[in-house]
Amino acid sequence: MSAHASHAPKRSGIADWLTTVDHKKIGILYLIAGGIFFLAGGLEALLIRLQLMYPELQVIGAKTFNELITMHGTTMIFLAAMPVIFALMNAIVPLQIGARDVAFPFVNALGFWLFFFGGVLINTSWFLGGAPDAGWTSYATLALNQYSGFGIDFYVLGLQIAGLGTLIGGINFLVTIINMRAPGMTFMRMPLFTWASFVTSGLILFAFPAITVGLVLLMFDRLFGAAFFNPDAGGNVVIWQHLFWIFGHPEVYILILPAFGIISEVVSTFSKKRLFGYSSMVFATALIGFLGFMVWAHHMFTTGMGPIANTLFGLATMLIAVPTGIKIFNWLLTMWGGQIRFPTANLFAVGFIPTFTIGGMTGVMLAVPPADYQYHDSYFVVAHFHYVIVGGLVFGLFAGLYYWWPKMFGKMLNETIGKWNFWTFFIGFHLTFFPQHFLGLMGMPRRVFTYLAGQGLELGNFISTIGVFGMTIGTILFLVNAYVAAKSSKRAPADPWDGRTLEWSIPSPPPEYNFAQTPLVRGLDALWVEKMAGNKGMTYAEPLGSIHMPNGSFLPFIMSLGLFIAGYGFMYHNYVVVGIGMVITFGCMLMRSLKDDPGYHIEPDEIDEKGVKA
Amino acid sequence: MKSWQQSWRQLFLFGLLALTLSGCGMKELSALQPQGPVAAMQFDLMKLSASIMIGVFIVVMLILTYVLIRYRKRPGQEGIPKQVEGSHTLEIIWTVIPFLLLIVMAVPTVTTGFTLGKEYNKDEALQVRVTAHQFWWEFEYPDLGVATAQDLVLPVNQKIQFTLTSADVMHAFWIPALGGKIDTNPGLDNKMWLQADRTGVFYGKCAELCGASHALMDFKVDVLEQDEFAAWAEKMKGVQSAEPAAPATANAVQGQQIFEKSCLGCHAVAGKGGKMGPNLTNFADRQRVAGIMPNDAEHLAKWLRDPQKEKPGNNMPNLNLSEDQINSLVEYMSTLKVQEIKR
Repeated sequence: MSAHASHAPKRSGIADWLTTVDHKKIGILYLIAGGIFFLAGGLEALLIRLQLMYPELQVIGAKTFNELITMHGTTMIFLAAMPVIFALMNAIVPLQIGARDVAFPFVNALGFWLFFFGGVLINTSWFLGGAPDAGWTSYATLALNQYSGFGIDFYVLGLQIAGLGTLIGGINFLVTIINMRAPGMTFMRMPLFTWASFVTSGLILFAFPAITVGLVLLMFDRLFGAAFFNPDAGGNVVIWQHLFWIFGHPEVYILILPAFGIISEVVSTFSKKRLFGYSSMVFATALIGFLGFMVWAHHMFTTGMGPIANTLFGLATMLIAVPTGIKIFNWLLTMWGGQIRFPTANLFAVGFIPTFTIGGMTGVMLAVPPADYQYHDSYFVVAHFHYVIVGGLVFGLFAGLYYWWPKMFGKMLNETIGKWNFWTFFIGFHLTFFPQHFLGLMGMPRRVFTYLAGQGLELGNFISTIGVFGMTIGTILFLVNAYVAAKSSKRAPADPWDGRTLEWSIPSPPPEYNFAQTPLVRGLDALWVEKMAGNKGMTYAEPLGSIHMPNGSFLPFIMSLGLFIAGYGFMYHNYVVVGIGMVITFGCMLMRSLKDDPGYHIEPDEIDEKGVKA
Repeated sequence: MKSWQQSWRQLFLFGLLALTLSGCGMKELSALQPQGPVAAMQFDLMKLSASIMIGVFIVVMLILTYVLIRYRKRPGQEGIPKQVEGSHTLEIIWTVIPFLLLIVMAVPTVTTGFTLGKEYNKDEALQVRVTAHQFWWEFEYPDLGVATAQDLVLPVNQKIQFTLTSADVMHAFWIPALGGKIDTNPGLDNKMWLQADRTGVFYGKCAELCGASHALMDFKVDVLEQDEFAAWAEKMKGVQSAEPAAPATANAVQGQQIFEKSCLGCHAVAGKGGKMGPNLTNFADRQRVAGIMPNDAEHLAKWLRDPQKEKPGNNMPNLNLSEDQINSLVEYMSTLKVQEIKR
């Protein structure tokens, strides 16, 4: 036993949530914050589609419309999709590898609060003179001072702060997965969701610096009079596009790989079979991640790079279809010969397969540069990326949430509401986005706040808007389901789905230390291996002993608050405020460095009291 | 699983319905009804890649449907399914076949890519310089000494070599019926060629978000017989190398005076005027006011009353004209014809 085995003061209520460094609680924080931003982004989408329901409508003005599309994209990608992915990664990855927490619990909390304050900063723009309005890609020149308002400053500073949080979160998961695996949990025994999280974290590590560089340059152009992107002063407008997409394309895989991981877990569990072609799935995941960095310029075929560059990037993009196809067929063959059950989680997973296949198909079509000259920046592209991000990622996230909800919250989601949730969302989704393929080919550019009557675009837009109501109902049903589950007194069992991986070997929700004894992993699908060997639970790699736990801390919250304050100082050119914010942040860093925080221990007798064997 | 299949059938029917009801869009606007060789080549590539992809989709759906029906858990079913690790044969099949399909697509992709990437000199193609502005289009024919705006006039069956740039933010130049788009980047020149196979009016759009009125940055393409085009260009050149002509009626003369005082600083007519706004030499020949409204007295007056209301964020200020002034201006501007273009 260690010399500093003192208990930290137990905090409760709000103070507990503000100070927690427990990966499970941080996962829930990510889910709540990401969920709220998802609702905001969804509301923006609803307004966008209402404006486009009929030609030449005046529901909202042109400028407001541009603010809505910008905030919809920015919010959904950076503030909703990524955090909900981080929610599941936080809640599940340490459990899947048999760890008691992530490698750096303090940094984990810091990552969350940075994301949170960055997101809040961007959204305060609505109340402080108008939201950013240059699109989520924020292309310079439109994003320069001469052509757009104050709102872009919120985008530039908010994304830098949130991006820092994502970057350190990614690094944390890389270290966690490399270092914190339980004995026997070799790389090639890791569940696919953990593998996907690992590759995604690697992509974050290399992709986020690129956008940070772009954002810093744009910040200098906007706030300090530089001219990186201003052609009148010798700048170049295309550089922003390269920096943005060197980040932006890997970002697509940062989003979709975790969904692949979730689908692999869900399909395998509910088919009662091990994942077909596990090693090729791992290989395909890594290959997609690698190729993802080689293809950014396919977002720029019409920029004027010339036929040689266009062709090379086009062919490289087509290659990604091969590992993606491998995944689809492996899922199909996983189900082949199984005993498939259809709880809501698996409905979303099965619904994912055709939907994502369509998104992938249009992706290959888009990889043909001469044809892309027609698709580019039209509604065809809007349809394509919503098939990938909603039909792929969001379906995957719903599958993951229905699957892991009992593990995260200790309550089961209601299956009847769940089925309604799936069908309304699924049908609404296809109604919304399927016609958009044709709208684009029929000549409708994206990001238009209206379209003229008599150009043949009325019907598609009308159907598309109707579909949004289905998705809205689906989302509301999910909220209802979460509320019903929270109110229910029925506890979820430890292993409600006849699971195969380690997270199902411990109670739902797990105790703060996760595993009273570190498990010994004896093969792929560690828990399934023990079930097949006739064991009741895992074999342990260590005797019951004292467990070292980290203390909670207010510092991550305050550190992020400092940057939040400094952000406003920069935007309003008030350097006193910048100074105050920076002093807060660096002061917290200093405190963290100087003050020794050894954590505390949980003794074996306490473990018994808490009823680990439950 | 009945509801599952039903919803797919509904989806499929709905897709067909959407397609048939709306056809393939308007032939003036749709990329699905190509009116020139560039759009035709692009449409061929779309059909090729779409067919291959739909083939793959059908295979996936057949396997999925079979699996979902055949291997769903039946009531009372017990036991553990065989835990299959994988199959090298299958893995190789679904790696190699997609790869071969991609090669089928890659070959025309490369050849078409380079065909469309060609640049033609002035002996091979009509040279047109396009400059995009918030939120209108400027067209110059450097070899003909002609400049116009908003309505791009082109000869049929002749290659057109565009050189494109922007005066402010990035825009993208797109005439779906004639061919795919290219960005106009401030400070840089881009090249693209197109050709129209038949005469008529085609619709052009800006495809890159460029500010509040991005959605309203439409233009028209008037494709004329080659001799008609030559006559038009000759006439334009004559008008643009002379002083603006005096109109016939007194009201229009008054309009011209207002125009010279309030408008000529930004808008050129004939050989005179600024380049801040669209050249109006042949304004009355054009299809639309400001690219969006029908070109008639009523809509022109509406535009002159409050340009910001019709096209938010554009660079034309509200001139606070009286109704009399507007009336005179409208009458004057309706005389700005060069040659009645056959529709």
